[in-house]
Amino acid sequence: MGERAESKEQRAESSEKKAKATRDEYGDTLLELGKKRSDIVVLDADLSGSTKTAKFAKAFPGRFFNMGIAEQDMVGTAAGFSLTGKVPFASTFAVFETGRAWDQIRLTVCYSNTNVKLVATHSGITVGEDGASHQALEDIALMRALPNMTVIVPADAAETASVINAVADFKGPVYVRLGRAKVPYVMPDDYKFKIGKAFAFKIGKDVNIIAAGIMVAIAKKAADILSKDGIDTGVINMSTIKPLDGETLLKAARNSKLIVTAEEHSIIGGLGGAVCEFLAENHPVPVKRIGINDTFGCSGSPDELLKIHGLTAEDIVKTVKNAI
Amino acid sequence: MTKGKVTDVKELKHIAKKIRLHILHMLTKSGSGHTGGSLSAVDVAVAIYFSKMNFNPKDPSWKNRDRFILSKGHAAPLLYAIMAEAGYFPMDVIDNLRKVESPLQGHPCCTSLPGVEVSTGSLGQGLSVANGIALGLRLDNNPARVFCVMGDGEIQEGQIWEAAMTAAHYKIDNLCAVVDNNGLQIDGPVQKVMGIAPIHDKWAAFGWHVIGIDGHNMEKILNALNEAESVKGKPTVIIANTTKGKGVSFFEDKVEYHGITPTPEEYERAVKEIHNG
Repeated sequence: MGERAESKEQRAESSEKKAKATRDEYGDTLLELGKKRSDIVVLDADLSGSTKTAKFAKAFPGRFFNMGIAEQDMVGTAAGFSLTGKVPFASTFAVFETGRAWDQIRLTVCYSNTNVKLVATHSGITVGEDGASHQALEDIALMRALPNMTVIVPADAAETASVINAVADFKGPVYVRLGRAKVPYVMPDDYKFKIGKAFAFKIGKDVNIIAAGIMVAIAKKAADILSKDGIDTGVINMSTIKPLDGETLLKAARNSKLIVTAEEHSIIGGLGGAVCEFLAENHPVPVKRIGINDTFGCSGSPDELLKIHGLTAEDIVKTVKNAI
Repeated sequence: MTKGKVTDVKELKHIAKKIRLHILHMLTKSGSGHTGGSLSAVDVAVAIYFSKMNFNPKDPSWKNRDRFILSKGHAAPLLYAIMAEAGYFPMDVIDNLRKVESPLQGHPCCTSLPGVEVSTGSLGQGLSVANGIALGLRLDNNPARVFCVMGDGEIQEGQIWEAAMTAAHYKIDNLCAVVDNNGLQIDGPVQKVMGIAPIHDKWAAFGWHVIGIDGHNMEKILNALNEAESVKGKPTVIIANTTKGKGVSFFEDKVEYHGITPTPEEYERAVKEIHNG
């Protein structure tokens, strides 16, 4: 299941690379895809500069459609495009994409099983200073509940490139959750994303942290601290939240005493919820969920907000130590 | 790829009669479904399907087919009756409307029934999908056209006006929208529930070419469809003034027949009326 030890060389190389926002990588990858494939069309709802679809718009104006501030129409139009064999990527901020247009996603994307790629940026607290109105903390739960929907949360820019290429080839509805802020590179250089496959950096004997998105880098930091303190800690990047990689999850649960989930999303209905549902039915073990505790956010820098919401590496360390 | 198109008014009227009979049959048999709004849009939908559209019932996903989107998805019996009449599936399948595992779901489902372009039912969404299809066809230089039938109550949904802006902004002229303007919605007269007048002016203000007609006059419907096809550089909407429950006197203009089906006795009376009408 992609489990492997990260070599010292890889680790050194990764840390040398600069951080990059997943939305930036999305814009770059979309541009490359546009050059290779004429069936790709891109839609945006007046946020192309922020979602980075503007790069595609500039290169391929005939295949870019700015829908204005009208997310519901954008999603329906994207569904229409897919019905003519196009592969539409529809982008806006996560809160508007998944919330504002939920019924449209339900009917014309998921129920109709159209080949629409919803790639949302500015998810969770990475939108920061804009505050709670703009912080999608429920988007994974909203998308996960829809039949036919695949839900993916890449951990870094490199994985984002791999994810966007994979979903362009995949037939069916997909939701990809991206952030605003820069994130460090965490995945090994030779890593290639596959839909539905988790990546285990290591399976720990004491505890395994199942993380997604920006929390993967933070979970790795926590694991380093815990391992130094003698607690054998594994980290798994569960980038596909639906369908969940039960096989890797079972391996982690069978080999350790505790599972910790870490996500930058409500603890209700997101990664933590998905992991608990699976483990409760297949291999009950103690689980601690780290995430936003059923509350709205507030304005602040992403780093400040990580602290306020208890999402730092130190918070994870504390949770693990309290639990075992 | 389609059977010879019907342009003879008399023959189209005859087909419309058959469609009304199919609708009444399937609704009586199912015991649930939407009678009034299925009957009101019959003449317009028959004219679109049988006089205008290119399609192949044996190959529902034929690339060059014209597309029909029933945005007012509760009129599913109308769509099913037309598809059965056009040869998409055997006529006896209409007996299974709203039955478990039937391809004829309560509202159109594109994954259950080939030939349904997109699932509808939650109102206000069809026009956006129609726009997307029309733009996709344009990118491929495909001359196929898109038809989208909406209800008048349905245009209370904000998304309709988002889509109206999009169609005008992108000059979508391979699209013809129809408002089935029957004046009634579940809770009563449209103007009483939530006024939408003046409809004509609203669409015109959004940049559309607007044609108003009697939606039960087959000659006028054909003329309007021809006009829509000739308009370039902007989308066209036909406001078809119709009567809810049209064709069955005791259903006509009755708000309670929005979501009620005929009793067996009413069915017999209705069939007689349509045969004599």
